[in-house]
Amino acid sequence: MYYTVLELTQENVEGGRNLKNAKGKFVDLDTKKLDREKIDELDEYIDSLEDQKGSLIHILHKGQSLFGYLPENLQIYISRKIDIPAAKVNGVVSFYSFFTQEPRGKHTISICMGTACFVNGSDKIFNELKRELNVENNKMTEDGLFTLKDIRCVGACGLAPVVMVDDQVYGHVKVSDVSEIIKKYREED
Amino acid sequence: MPIKSLDDLKKIREKNSRIVALRERGESSDERIEILVGMATCGIAAGARDTMISLKKAVDDMKLENISVIPVGCIGYCHSEPTVQVNIPGDAPIIYGNVDEIIAEKIIYMHILNKELIDDHLLNKIFTKA
Amino acid sequence: MSNYKAHIMICSGTSCKASESENILEAFREEIEGHDGKFKVLKTGCFGFCAQGPIVKIYPDNVYYVKVKPEDVKEIVEKHLIKGEKVERLLYEDPKDRVKLVVHDEMEFYQKQYRIALRNCGFINPENIEEYIAFSGYEALGKVLTEMTPQDVVKIVKDSGLRGRGGGGFLTGLKWELAMKSPGTEKYIICNADEGDPGAFMDRSILEGDPHSVLEAMAIGGYAIGANKGIFYIRAEYPLAIERLKIAIRQAENEGLLGKNIFNSGFDFTIEIKLGAGAFVCGEETALIHSMEGLRGEPTKKPPFPSESGYKGMPTSVNNVETYANICPIILKGSKWFSSIGAENSKGTKVFALAGKVNNVGLVEVPMGTTLREIIFEIGGGITDGKKFKAVQTGGPSGGVITEADLDTPIDYESLKAIGSMMGSGGMIVMDEDNDMVEIAKFYLDFTQDESCGKCTPCRIGTKRMYEILERLTNLEGDMDDLQKLKDLGNMIKDTALCGLGQTAPNPVLSTMRYFPQEYEAYAKREKTKSYRIDAEKCIGCTACIRVCPVNCITGKVKEAHIIDESACIACGACFTACKFGAIIKP
Repeated sequence: MYYTVLELTQENVEGGRNLKNAKGKFVDLDTKKLDREKIDELDEYIDSLEDQKGSLIHILHKGQSLFGYLPENLQIYISRKIDIPAAKVNGVVSFYSFFTQEPRGKHTISICMGTACFVNGSDKIFNELKRELNVENNKMTEDGLFTLKDIRCVGACGLAPVVMVDDQVYGHVKVSDVSEIIKKYREED
Repeated sequence: MPIKSLDDLKKIREKNSRIVALRERGESSDERIEILVGMATCGIAAGARDTMISLKKAVDDMKLENISVIPVGCIGYCHSEPTVQVNIPGDAPIIYGNVDEIIAEKIIYMHILNKELIDDHLLNKIFTKA
Repeated sequence: MSNYKAHIMICSGTSCKASESENILEAFREEIEGHDGKFKVLKTGCFGFCAQGPIVKIYPDNVYYVKVKPEDVKEIVEKHLIKGEKVERLLYEDPKDRVKLVVHDEMEFYQKQYRIALRNCGFINPENIEEYIAFSGYEALGKVLTEMTPQDVVKIVKDSGLRGRGGGGFLTGLKWELAMKSPGTEKYIICNADEGDPGAFMDRSILEGDPHSVLEAMAIGGYAIGANKGIFYIRAEYPLAIERLKIAIRQAENEGLLGKNIFNSGFDFTIEIKLGAGAFVCGEETALIHSMEGLRGEPTKKPPFPSESGYKGMPTSVNNVETYANICPIILKGSKWFSSIGAENSKGTKVFALAGKVNNVGLVEVPMGTTLREIIFEIGGGITDGKKFKAVQTGGPSGGVITEADLDTPIDYESLKAIGSMMGSGGMIVMDEDNDMVEIAKFYLDFTQDESCGKCTPCRIGTKRMYEILERLTNLEGDMDDLQKLKDLGNMIKDTALCGLGQTAPNPVLSTMRYFPQEYEAYAKREKTKSYRIDAEKCIGCTACIRVCPVNCITGKVKEAHIIDESACIACGACFTACKFGAIIKP
């Protein structure tokens, strides 16, 4: 079951009905392709809940911790399981910044964009990260090694500006430190 | 046994009154020394876990049985995390800042065993409490 | 009494030892003998300014005495230790030395911070309920359940004058009273721990350092309004706080302090945790309630207020973490005690997360009515690197900037509003001369625009348009008309948006425009440059900047003035920091 989802880009809108030139992405809605073991664990969790519909956010948290992200077919699966329209599930997934519909790289590089980090120059670090990794925010690098992500205050304001690679915190980061940090993880592989 | 009255609560409170006297005023009825390590997210981000490990290791290495290393929340000194408080019975409580693994060892060897303060890392307590 | 009031620290480094520090040590030991062990003499390592030795430091006063002789000891003990006066003639004086040898007038300094909400943070093991009980924990709950009626509880909280610490500043007692009086078969008391301001972290600190104090206060609130169920709404981004809360709830249940028939009073109370998933708007109580129900966190209009119809349509009271952290001391010490602290209409203390370009970044808790100057310059230790103070931002993305002129305003809910900012949740970001106010405004707007839930048009589209104008300005593609548009749009959104997030979203822009119009004009008139440049007169051609530039946009030969390629410069400022000759010109 593949569907093509058209993105609302300038080109697609201007392209009108000429779908041949439209850019979109394939979305796999086949729930059978989901990892059986993980689904069993998710089922067990959902079955243990009293108020399943009211706990959608908790179910999504569980799903994301099992699968790493919330692919479309998983959203469909959850919607059928607890009998909520898939559009509603997707509405909740896309509303909250904690949920992601994109797969994650091996390492997640998070840059704190809290105010304390911002006034200490985190925007410049962020630009340097994007440049060095050649990737946009919330996307994975081509080699699948890194996902870049801006996050709200991590509460380590005394160390501002802060960059986190997975759970490792780097404090007082300077623009010139960026390539060094990334190099360390590249070399590990 | 569940607490069912203010008296039950009072009993637990009295059983632990030692730590209040020690942490607030440095008074104690026994010889137990406490080392409090600030282990909130900010402290951990600054390396408090390593500090904790280093403190525990030094305590074990020296076979110091009367020292407890206790994780606590943060005292708000983000500029100097990780922070460590040393409460020796009979001494005023002392706060250290920027305590990395090496300073943590020094706290055990210099401060606790030799009663020498590590001046560069001393912080002043800058608040009163309700 | 075994309580030391002060430590006398005597340097016993080699060079101080040579200048008879041993004798001084002895002299101190003899001199303090008659003082009941109030003072303690210690040998310490080298202080590092041996030329001035022997050195004596008094801790915690942080006063150094230099070139001390044994015969000076008596005076130090009598004057400093007993009377609390410094021995001026022995103080170290060197205006060029950056080490602050006399840091502060200690007594006054101590009084600046008074901790109620943070009282236990850093002093108890948050994962051990017995330590909390040792520090008077659960006594307030015991008192409430065994000696007081719900009306008594509401009255004492109301009389104390405690106002919501999450931003709005609504009287907590009144909020409880409304929920108490609302009819309902089931009621809910909620703790809002969805700390969304990207620069405030006091709630997280309280939950990580003293979770039981919040649980206890929720149970008290539940008893007051008639709720048997408490719900904790907390950000998923706070894993450690969630973990400690879970442990605390389990321990309280094991001890019978949560659950059925607490303190044999017949009152049942349980607490459940609900996770947020990252949405700033969920700090708004109606949005928060929707999120708890598993929906998108969109706000709805009030009335009906949650106190009449909230979670599952039942009377609900939503209070913030810091607010709860004040409840137990109020119950134990009385409303008069609490209302004696603080300012006329804002009682008690407020916790601020002091951050940005300030020396002592950290959490501070001060009585309401303290001035910003005291917080930033006395507690905060002033601006980093000796730079000039420019502004301080309070209230996070909903607040505004405060400049030098208003630094002496005593802080309370009303005074901050009067100068164009607000209390908010307590983020306090200090900015120095290097910070670009238009960029700061853009930063906040980017945040609110991103966090807008999209339900109402003024917020969804209005903030987007405002952001576009700011982007145009900072890209040097705007003009003076844009400034007027920005103002009009801002005021319109303020008047018409549905909830607090939208209504306050334009504040950072409007307030920076009010205090720093020249910076906006510089962008509008396109006088501002975006890249760094090199002053050819000052550049000696050392290549230091070339080596640090991450995009390799600086060229030039050794000993010849270098040039920055302005089209490639990313304005990271690395060259500026590297240059020792002041030859780099900032944009």
